[in-house]
Amino acid sequence: MSTVKVDFRGTLGRFGLDARFEVPARGVTAIFGPSGCGKTAVMRCIAGLNRLDGLCSVSGDVWQDEKTFRPVHQRPIGYVFQEANLFPHLSVRRNLMYGHPGRTEAGAIGFDEIVGLLGIARLLERSPRHLSGGERQRVAIGRALLSQPKLLLMDEPLSALDQMTKDEILPYLERLHAALVLPILYISHDIAEVERLADQLVLMRNGAVLASGPLSELQADLSLPLALSRDAAVSLDATVLKQDATDGMATLEVGGGSFLVPTEPLTLGTRRRLRVLADDVSLAVEAPSRSTIVNVLRARILEIRSQSDHRVTALLGLGEDGHGARLLSRVTQRSWNELGLQVGLPVYAQVKGVALVRREEPLA
Amino acid sequence: MNLHVSADIWQPVRLTLELAALTTVILMLVGTPIAWWLARSKAWWKEAVAALVAIPLVLPPTVLGFYLLVALGPSGPGGALASLWGARTLAFTFPGLVIGSVLFSMPFVVQPIRNAFEAMGEKPMEAAATLRASPWRAFWTIAVPLASPGFLTGAILGFAHTVGEFGVVLMIGGNIPGKTKVLSVAIYDYVETSQWTEASVLALGMVVFSFVVILTMMLIEKKMTKSAS
Repeated sequence: MSTVKVDFRGTLGRFGLDARFEVPARGVTAIFGPSGCGKTAVMRCIAGLNRLDGLCSVSGDVWQDEKTFRPVHQRPIGYVFQEANLFPHLSVRRNLMYGHPGRTEAGAIGFDEIVGLLGIARLLERSPRHLSGGERQRVAIGRALLSQPKLLLMDEPLSALDQMTKDEILPYLERLHAALVLPILYISHDIAEVERLADQLVLMRNGAVLASGPLSELQADLSLPLALSRDAAVSLDATVLKQDATDGMATLEVGGGSFLVPTEPLTLGTRRRLRVLADDVSLAVEAPSRSTIVNVLRARILEIRSQSDHRVTALLGLGEDGHGARLLSRVTQRSWNELGLQVGLPVYAQVKGVALVRREEPLA
Repeated sequence: MNLHVSADIWQPVRLTLELAALTTVILMLVGTPIAWWLARSKAWWKEAVAALVAIPLVLPPTVLGFYLLVALGPSGPGGALASLWGARTLAFTFPGLVIGSVLFSMPFVVQPIRNAFEAMGEKPMEAAATLRASPWRAFWTIAVPLASPGFLTGAILGFAHTVGEFGVVLMIGGNIPGKTKVLSVAIYDYVETSQWTEASVLALGMVVFSFVVILTMMLIEKKMTKSAS
């Protein structure tokens, strides 16, 4: 019953929206799609800032249906806008405290905790006018969290920031994700952000929801545009199995295989997220004997899609039987034909690059 | 020229300040919700209301005064209202003057407050709502402080404009010392009766007063644009 369930239909301005999805009310759910596809409209409807016909319930709590429409201020949300939208006449401290209920129950998100987590202790007495873009956005996140939301809505909180500032804030977001048990809906049009943060994905296009589900499943779904895009990749949740101090390589295990990844020391047994680009995975019929590629995994071809640019995107299942984690591989049509590859064949997946995209977090 | 200034010169001054102060207070109370509605409503006919509020800007004061005289008189709604406390009419009374001033100075108060609310935009109010603030709390803690320069401008303009009004007062107030004889009427009166000293003292006072008002307004505006950037 613990889900975020949404079904909105109607027009906002010139814009038609027909958005329906249901995702678990835990972890980060990214709403992903190109600019202007209705992501923000959906989020504003969930918050009650816009009103369309439809339904919205969070963990069984009905916020909107045919009979009810709960006003914004009675919905237990936190909303982080694209522009921080701080109150310019209040200090950072008073901005943070604006939505903070006077007394807090046990388990509440504490002021000192948030200030520490977001690194904003030295800004407290300043005016929002004298903050950098990144600082402002951190304060806005803290302000939303201190209102003790049951659902955090983040509308491209990083889009107004430059790359350096983004890189400065992303670790804070990852810390939040690890430290708080608070479901987050996160709008983004940047797949790199999504791969770092999201657990579930809602894929939008032209005001409609194409698909929703776990990130790794949607990434590996060849019927969706994600798997065929230029920067197609899969995200794999892996466990740290071994750490070799002498050559700086760690072994991380996923279903049906394991990867060697160069990294700073990792704690054994922790979960990390790996990202493997489709373009970084090539295929061989026999085990290559001598190669600089350290990650060669046995896999089976599960499904393929030929693309207009004479290339083939293949979905692989790791392991001899192909029942393990999914990988995408992109090869040219020519090599595909020369090797006589086809669905069902066992292959060796040569993985040229593996990226660690998420900070360490304890095993749940 | 007679340098002796008659003592009752201060009576119209005091009456004017009383009238302007009371009018300003009433205008803040009445004008703020109107300005809020004009700034936020999406009703198609709201500009018609805005035009109605702004009419005294272009209407000859005597026209407004004429209608007010009819409305406040014994056979108008003002007369009905006055009969509640046993009076016959609101015309030629201080309350009548207040009503006239409120209507006449309304645009000078509503417009700056409306502009300030509009300049603030929807965003701060939306942020407040997502932080569990009721519309009432958000209005007082966010909208009013953010629009405070507009309130200040509106109050100053409303006060100053009431001090300077002449035509409407003459139409509905007449010239009753201590009751309806305000500054501008007094100056006119002194000139009529060739009391040039009194007239020039009051006139010079008005010049200084107006200068201070305009200067203050400009300084507020300057401060506003500075803090907005």
